[in-house]
Amino acid sequence: MTAVPLLEITNLTVEFTTRRGIVKAVKQVDISVAKGETVGIVGESGSGKSVTSFAVMRILDRAGRVAEGSISFSGFDLTNAPEFAVRDLRGREMSMIFQNPRAALNPIRKVGRQIEDVLRQHARTGSGDARTRAIEALANVRINRPEDRYDAYPFELSGGMCQRVVIALALACRPELLIADEPTTGLDVTTQKAVMDLIVDLTRERGMSTVLITHDLGLAAAYCDKVVVMEKGEVVETAAARDIFARPSHAYTRKLMRATPRPGIALRDLLPEGAPVAAIKQPAASDAALLSVKGLVKEYPRVHTRSLISRYLRKGNETASAPFRAVDGISFDIRRGESVGLVGESGCGKSTTSMMVMRLLDPTSGSIIFNGQEIGELPARTFAGNSLRSKIQMVFQDPTESLNPRFTAVRAISDPILRLDKPMAADALRARCEDLARVVGLPPDLLDRFPHQLSGGQKARVGIARAIALNPDLVILDEPTAALDVSVQAVVLNLLADLKATLGMSYLFVSHDLHVVGLLCDRVIVMQNGQIVEEGITKQVLEAPTADYTRALISAIPHPPV
Amino acid sequence: MMKLLLDRLLTTIPALIGVVVASFLLTRVLPGDTAAYFAGPAATPQAIEQLRQQLGLDRPLPEQFGHYVVDLAKGDLGKSLTTGQPVLSDIKARLPASAELTLFGLILALLIAVPLGIAAAVRQGTVVDHACRAIATAGVSLPVFFTGLLLIYVFYYILQWSPAPLGRLDVFTSAPRGVTGFYLIDSLIAGDGETFRASFSQILLPGITLAIFSLAPIARITRASMLSALSSDFIRTARAAGLGARTIIVTYAFRNAMLPVITTLGMVFSFLLGANVLVEKVFAWPGIGSYAVEALIASDFAPVQGFVLTMAILYIVLNLLIDLTYRVIDPRMRNAS
Amino acid sequence: MTAAPARTDAAALPTAKRQTALMATLSHARHVIGENPVTGFSFGLLAILLLCALIGPSIVPHDPLSSDTAATLQAPSARHLFGTDQLGRDIFSRVIVATRLDMAIAIFSVTLVFVVGGLSGIAAGFFGGWADRIVGRIGDTIMAFPLFVLAMGIVAALGNTVTNIVIATAIINFPLYARLARTETIIRRDVGYVMAARLTGNSDLRIALTTIMPNILPLMMVQMSLTMGYAILNAAGLSFIGLGVRPPTPEWGIMVAEGAGSIISGEWWIALFPGLALMLAVFCFNLIGDGLRDIVDPQRRT
Repeated sequence: MTAVPLLEITNLTVEFTTRRGIVKAVKQVDISVAKGETVGIVGESGSGKSVTSFAVMRILDRAGRVAEGSISFSGFDLTNAPEFAVRDLRGREMSMIFQNPRAALNPIRKVGRQIEDVLRQHARTGSGDARTRAIEALANVRINRPEDRYDAYPFELSGGMCQRVVIALALACRPELLIADEPTTGLDVTTQKAVMDLIVDLTRERGMSTVLITHDLGLAAAYCDKVVVMEKGEVVETAAARDIFARPSHAYTRKLMRATPRPGIALRDLLPEGAPVAAIKQPAASDAALLSVKGLVKEYPRVHTRSLISRYLRKGNETASAPFRAVDGISFDIRRGESVGLVGESGCGKSTTSMMVMRLLDPTSGSIIFNGQEIGELPARTFAGNSLRSKIQMVFQDPTESLNPRFTAVRAISDPILRLDKPMAADALRARCEDLARVVGLPPDLLDRFPHQLSGGQKARVGIARAIALNPDLVILDEPTAALDVSVQAVVLNLLADLKATLGMSYLFVSHDLHVVGLLCDRVIVMQNGQIVEEGITKQVLEAPTADYTRALISAIPHPPV
Repeated sequence: MMKLLLDRLLTTIPALIGVVVASFLLTRVLPGDTAAYFAGPAATPQAIEQLRQQLGLDRPLPEQFGHYVVDLAKGDLGKSLTTGQPVLSDIKARLPASAELTLFGLILALLIAVPLGIAAAVRQGTVVDHACRAIATAGVSLPVFFTGLLLIYVFYYILQWSPAPLGRLDVFTSAPRGVTGFYLIDSLIAGDGETFRASFSQILLPGITLAIFSLAPIARITRASMLSALSSDFIRTARAAGLGARTIIVTYAFRNAMLPVITTLGMVFSFLLGANVLVEKVFAWPGIGSYAVEALIASDFAPVQGFVLTMAILYIVLNLLIDLTYRVIDPRMRNAS
Repeated sequence: MTAAPARTDAAALPTAKRQTALMATLSHARHVIGENPVTGFSFGLLAILLLCALIGPSIVPHDPLSSDTAATLQAPSARHLFGTDQLGRDIFSRVIVATRLDMAIAIFSVTLVFVVGGLSGIAAGFFGGWADRIVGRIGDTIMAFPLFVLAMGIVAALGNTVTNIVIATAIINFPLYARLARTETIIRRDVGYVMAARLTGNSDLRIALTTIMPNILPLMMVQMSLTMGYAILNAAGLSFIGLGVRPPTPEWGIMVAEGAGSIISGEWWIALFPGLALMLAVFCFNLIGDGLRDIVDPQRRT
């Protein structure tokens, strides 16, 4: 590594003009990136990590401006340079890739043409060999049959494939610096690993510098040389990746590090040190099965993309294509007081399964026996009127989306009581909601707020209070922390564990993240393509997986050194 | 491409059936004596009775509908009491005048509104943007017949720049030999500059009137969809890749922004074809709109029904064209075979 | 569903808290109006229009129907602010008196389509299946016509009355409302809080009415304000070509038609003032619609 940094951010302050006045999104930030170095910028939402990178690329939106400080690239002052000069650097000397790769590509232009646009812009190619160069760029990101992919539109490619195209586009002109802003968020875990490996291989190979912006300390630890931790627009710590995990010096870094799920820890280890917590009581799970699922199948008819007329013409000899099996004959039990994790990547059928158990969706075949009663045959449409409704409840993935924007917190929590319980006086109802709020750790004075006036963690607590309001026997947790920052996730997971211990419920925890599931669950079920590929005691599955797929899942999750 | 066209044609069938049924219901099921409608106000009771039998109105409803469909298929829309001609031939003769005026107005509107909307989006919050918003809101608020009258007052009565608002040509010029039925095009084909100038000066005011009315929705949607395109993720990628402002605005943003604009054109056509009726009345334009209005005043119902049907079929065809254009531009809409 | 009387709902929410919520909305509205004086202006204009509609006939200086052959075609003056028409009637009085009729047509037709279109759209979106197919087919058929042309056909067939103008205007707006309500319902049908409402034991009908409807109501209100202007234009257009309202009833569209012939001979005032009144009314509703949209959803601002 050379002494002269490739990118030098000094005393950077970025301001945004909003309706409530000027907001400083980034405050006096210093970051330097040496040639060939990989630097991770880590922080939770609102830490200013993305804004910093937008300022470097000079693509802040209209409301934002650099108020103070300087950014220099190879000794060239980016903050005061004219727009045309910066534009010439972008894509040629420094590139950026984003999260949500599908949206990052022009939906109505062939991906090959989009790469050509960049090549042409920077005059790296005459029109003759532009196509060849674009295909070469696609081949470099390990896309099979690049000649064919050249003509594909983004909607014809998978999310991981789109991210490869975006990387090809960013690296087409062989820049010196690549800024990757949450490049794997929203992708499946195994795809995440492939994409990250690709980025690191390509940039190392070419001696490039990389800035990796992420909320995931584990990811930064696994791939970066140096880590910069940001909180509320400020840099709180900068250190070599190895050191920062061994000896985190700032309290925030320690908190963040502790909150990151990793192998070999217990739930309580996620909370900040010195937090006053009692050990989790472990109620013995009884042997009686609370829920018993047998041979559950859900089929969907295949969508006909064939045109009307050709369907008409071929009516006679068309063989009926087999319906798509989202859930393909699975069986499992959940005992009383037990928590079971249902793990898999998107499209594996875990959500469909939970919706059927929840009785929001009718199975095609198979049985769901709850508390000794067959509920799989009761139609989902009228299950709201069944007395068992109050016994199976759910905590949703996105706490914001799961709360009616027009209901206050107290109205949301009281909804199940009003609908499914005995009528009660307003005072008693209020008192009961306040009790519930206390149980889930929500300050009762927040009860009269609307969802948009609550933080993500508070909304999650409202959702949990609503789910436990009627003392259900089974609560389905559908990725309950996926939309939350890690520090909030740590608190919510602990809360869920405590609630289970005090109230004696069973959990079915649906998630894509084996580590998170491992913290809360006694047993794990791994699903792939609608089928169960592995099932067992959590510890065993995590430490000695038998299925190849489980192994791939476990190794794909990056984590900080223990 | 051919298959796509056929395929799309099939999907217009439900709309066509709907239109035919609706136009039938309008006269047969609703209150009032259909025979009296068609016979006109001056008819004697005997004449009405005779017409009732002639139209088959004494038969059961499904049978009447069958006859109605058969007549339609033969192109028989009945006879106009005012002109004494079959409605179909009247409409055929007058349709080019309406089509020329509508298209003229639309093209004028597009030429102004699309660049205006793009400019407003690119320079969001500047004078251009505010002007665009003001024009858009004012444009939809102006009753089209009122705009027409104002233009006549200013350009004909006060400034005397414009000829008398009486039809497609002044009395001294004769119509060009009909090829397309559009005077502007026919006169150019005939190489007759005089006639071209005369018909152009006649069509200008009504064309502007229609354009003012339809530019508002076009400018509005262009601005909105351009704004959303410009703030989308792929534009951020394009900027981060250092693409030039022109490429970003034209190749990346504009082509994507065009999709909602094309969709809105259907609605714009709906407005235009309606406004056309009013403009034709104001400017004494000899199109099918003024034909229908004259028939309405004379309580001559057959031409009105013919007019409504023609407009509906025309509108379905226009929507078909819009849909096909959309499919050509947007690869996601093409049927991958 | 389990017996849970609906009245507990209201009791569960102390009225004081409700008022806080209302106050919050109001203060937000005030903020938007304060930031955008145009919206404030348009609400002022609306107040004037409503005032004219309510008490107009009793405050005008002249009888809008009485003709005066001695004072025909007079240019605007102190006695006749907007001049007089071919029959010597006072145009100012006629313009003011016409407000009631034009507003009434618009308000009645829009309210009618708001209720019918909104409810069928929600039903179509929420229940799908046959409800969706029927509502969709009706909407498609209406949309297959150029709307003003369809309105012409309906009034011509139903008969030339004001009531039929109201009905025709409601019919041509039906697809707009039904589709908006349907789309917004479908967006919300599978959203987390609707699923949560199912889990808490709400029946389908209850979810449609208490969870989905209140959430799409603001958007529908914006739609209502925007179509109000269109309804006025539509009604005036119909009477301009001689449908619906008949002379000598004062109505803006007819009055413009009556002045149309005189424009080419230079008597501009006969058509100008009713035309301006028409324009102002439509303008006012469009501005309010835009303003409401900003209040309801700042992201949709265009």
